[in-house]
Amino acid sequence: MKFDTVADALRNSNTPQPFSELGLKPDEYERIKSILGRRPTSAELAMYSVMWSEHCSYKSSKVHLRKFGEIKTSKNVLAGIGENAGVIDIGDGWAATFKVESHNHPSYIEPYQGAATGVGGIVRDIVAMGARPVAVMDSLRFGPPDSADVQRVISGVVAGIGGYGNCLGLPNIGGETKIHASYEKNPLVNALCVGVMRHEDVHFSKATGEGNLVVLYGASTGGDGIGGVSILASEVFDETKSAKRPSVQVGDPFTEKLLIEATMEMFASGLVEGIQDLGGAGLSCATSELASNGGAGMRVRLEEVPLRDSDLSVEEILMSESQERMCAIVRPENLEQVMKVCEKWGLKASVIGEITGEKNLVITWNYQEIVNVPPRTVAHEGPEYQRPFVMPISNSKGHTPCTGADFGLKSENLKEAILRVMSGTEVADFSAITDQYDRYVRGQTVLSANADAGLVRVSDDSTKGLAVSLDGNGRICAIDADLGTQWSVLEACRNVAAVGAIPQALTNCLNFGSPEDPEVMGQFVAATNGLATAATALDLPVTGGNVSFYNQTGETAIVPTPVIGALGVIDDVHQHASSEHLDVGDVIYVVGELLEDLSGSLLLETMGLSESTMSLPEISYENEARLITVLPALISEGLIRATHDISDGGLVTALVEMVRGHRSQALSVVPDDDVEPFVWAFAEFGGRVVCVVKGQSVARFEKVADERKLTYRRIGDVISSNYAEQALEIRGFCQFTHEELIIAFQKGMLLKH
Amino acid sequence: MVTFPGSLDDVDAARAVSKAGGEPVSLWHDDADIKAVDAVILPGGFSFGDYLRAGAIASLSPVVETVVKEAAAGLPVLGICNGFQILCEVGLLPGALTRNAGLRFVCRDQRLRVEDVNSPWLRNYYVGQELVIPVKNGEGCYQISKDELSELERSGMVFLRYIEENPNGSLADVAGVRNAQGNVLGLMPHPEHAIDVLTGPSTDGLGFFSSIVDSLVKAG
Repeated sequence: MKFDTVADALRNSNTPQPFSELGLKPDEYERIKSILGRRPTSAELAMYSVMWSEHCSYKSSKVHLRKFGEIKTSKNVLAGIGENAGVIDIGDGWAATFKVESHNHPSYIEPYQGAATGVGGIVRDIVAMGARPVAVMDSLRFGPPDSADVQRVISGVVAGIGGYGNCLGLPNIGGETKIHASYEKNPLVNALCVGVMRHEDVHFSKATGEGNLVVLYGASTGGDGIGGVSILASEVFDETKSAKRPSVQVGDPFTEKLLIEATMEMFASGLVEGIQDLGGAGLSCATSELASNGGAGMRVRLEEVPLRDSDLSVEEILMSESQERMCAIVRPENLEQVMKVCEKWGLKASVIGEITGEKNLVITWNYQEIVNVPPRTVAHEGPEYQRPFVMPISNSKGHTPCTGADFGLKSENLKEAILRVMSGTEVADFSAITDQYDRYVRGQTVLSANADAGLVRVSDDSTKGLAVSLDGNGRICAIDADLGTQWSVLEACRNVAAVGAIPQALTNCLNFGSPEDPEVMGQFVAATNGLATAATALDLPVTGGNVSFYNQTGETAIVPTPVIGALGVIDDVHQHASSEHLDVGDVIYVVGELLEDLSGSLLLETMGLSESTMSLPEISYENEARLITVLPALISEGLIRATHDISDGGLVTALVEMVRGHRSQALSVVPDDDVEPFVWAFAEFGGRVVCVVKGQSVARFEKVADERKLTYRRIGDVISSNYAEQALEIRGFCQFTHEELIIAFQKGMLLKH
Repeated sequence: MVTFPGSLDDVDAARAVSKAGGEPVSLWHDDADIKAVDAVILPGGFSFGDYLRAGAIASLSPVVETVVKEAAAGLPVLGICNGFQILCEVGLLPGALTRNAGLRFVCRDQRLRVEDVNSPWLRNYYVGQELVIPVKNGEGCYQISKDELSELERSGMVFLRYIEENPNGSLADVAGVRNAQGNVLGLMPHPEHAIDVLTGPSTDGLGFFSSIVDSLVKAG
């Protein structure tokens, strides 16, 4: 094999190098030369190019993400931004970690493998923190499902998430799937993983201790995903360029399962000092990050890396994104034990290097130096851009609420409008998707698909539960990215509160178009401002996140899609609320403040009445914070049979979603006579939740709500019905049979059974 | 409780055994020693990644070799999902399991009917009893020749059937079969996920585990 050594670089200092083909700008290339005091070797060039790509370096976003780290919060954060995943204290010696990651571009090219490896990557991030992964979740965006290409993407993505997660043995506890034309060629696949550990098991990915060994274990290294990170994730899809199919990684969930078990065993026996997973940028990333985090030098003998393809060049070995690999830092005396664990689980393992007392990361190939770099310059001191941005014009200061009458909607057409919204893709029957995911495995799943938030018990010997919700709303973020993001944070927190948990931390996945477009960059900056504002107001840490840029086809970017993950804790999982239980005689309430406003609503979008000049209402954090604090208290007291968050499609959608699946109950409700019927049915702001209160608990419920100053309104009752009869009665206006609703739900199905 | 590489519901089956009053003992695929246990459960999951065919590689493991020998001598063996696939692969149970009719993984709460209770795993059920237990599999479509099927039906070896909706296209809605002696049982649904209403749709699955504990205690 021919390869370029450090000696060659010193000798032939003027050899032209293909830096721009690797995605580096001329000034970035010059910077590498000035760091090294010579031209980089081709292996170094490969490392810098991949680590300085947008995907790995966050070079366009970093300056705007710093504000998340500056949020002051009373919550006990054990590991924050910058780690593989943030960790928070959840009490009783337990800690939880969670993170979302995007795999958008690969999922368009190769939907099954793109989505599958997205799940695999985020699970390894959780494992690297020392946690046992306990559940996965996903937030998906597709184009309108009536085109063949979108069907290809949807069915592949769903099968990929299921295929990987099911085989890995992690329950899928929910998520969301939404449709918009801008996602047609830019689907979004954001995967979340939650992990649980004891406080003492939290690990950091750093290389420390001179003489300690670097052990690579898991799958062997092949040619998959080479250049995937820097090329695939940083280029706008353009029909004039050739398909980069081979760049998508291929996943093997079986090996990942073995990798998890082996890693758990090593952590439990105290055999490893630090661990880093190999994801984007493979060995380049893992070795430079470990060394940089630990402030140590490292020597790596690249020929020790087990290869699946012996023809790989040194650059390819360094850039390969072969899945299911981990890098551990091991004391020499523990090596034998580590090897035994790997052998037990049938995993390849090899010592590829050691920690040194030097400053640099030195990589050799058969004793010849091919890399000699300060690790921080690769991993953490990459370029940082202040990209020009144009802040979107926010009309919220002069916001005027709108009602159905403003659009000429008449109350005699209420039923028709409701059925039309119910027939859309947002309120559809998602069972053809969620039935492909195992929600039971591990035996701790309390709530999953169809619930406001997924809920898992922490362990068999604890009653504590973790509730997680993932929410994004491109429709309102397109109107106002700052306020839209704030409302999205509130929705995620409300969902967690609606099952009975108190929100403790936020994570995010920020999906946008090209940062080189000042308007897109402006949307991004606005969204980060919105997230920071909401997190500060709610006293919640942002423990990590992910940015995905370049979600755009030609000049057309996706609608701004910040997806927010909220994690909440419930002390006794038995005292949770679901959205499904109804009993005849229960009383239906709406809690929270109604803003009489149809701005940004699903109704207006469905009716084609949305206008780009629209604005969103401002938020009263006092009201919102009260709702997400008081609701879990009401639930833990056992007063509430069921809850459901009011969001897309308003109150009527929430009611319909609660009654579907029931055969012998119906909901009978009366609209407020001082509110316009369309506003009553479809308004989505402010934060409100439907609470179905047990008949005998009504007085107590109202007393507690009064004491805690929570606004509530009694709107109706659960009555008996039979399947052929009514499901929902809106007294004075219209009623719906179960059958009518089922037909509507099936119209919007994205996948058929 | 046997753990193969890729077993997933082993912790869940162990939990169910404990809940039924039994003592779960971990067995390892690579170890032929079954530690003198009174009964063996082959749990669900994707042993060896389901590579080649579901259950095919696991069926060649040392522990399964011992299980086959002991089953012939009457050792009670329960195969759940992937465990059922292994029992078919190794020939302890007749028939085979192939890809679901819809070619998709299906996870849902399934209605079932008990058709036969002549087994130490079934003593706490009654014929005609209806259960709701989760199914979750990609290869659960039971296949067997017509003649063999009618022989199974005639001798009561089809002990569990899907009702209302068949999730995977299984022949004659077969959800589980037993051997002629009744000590070896295989089923696609996951009874270990129906032992607690907090985490499952019912407690209908607990009967498999309490049955075997009761049978063993009675046999003393």
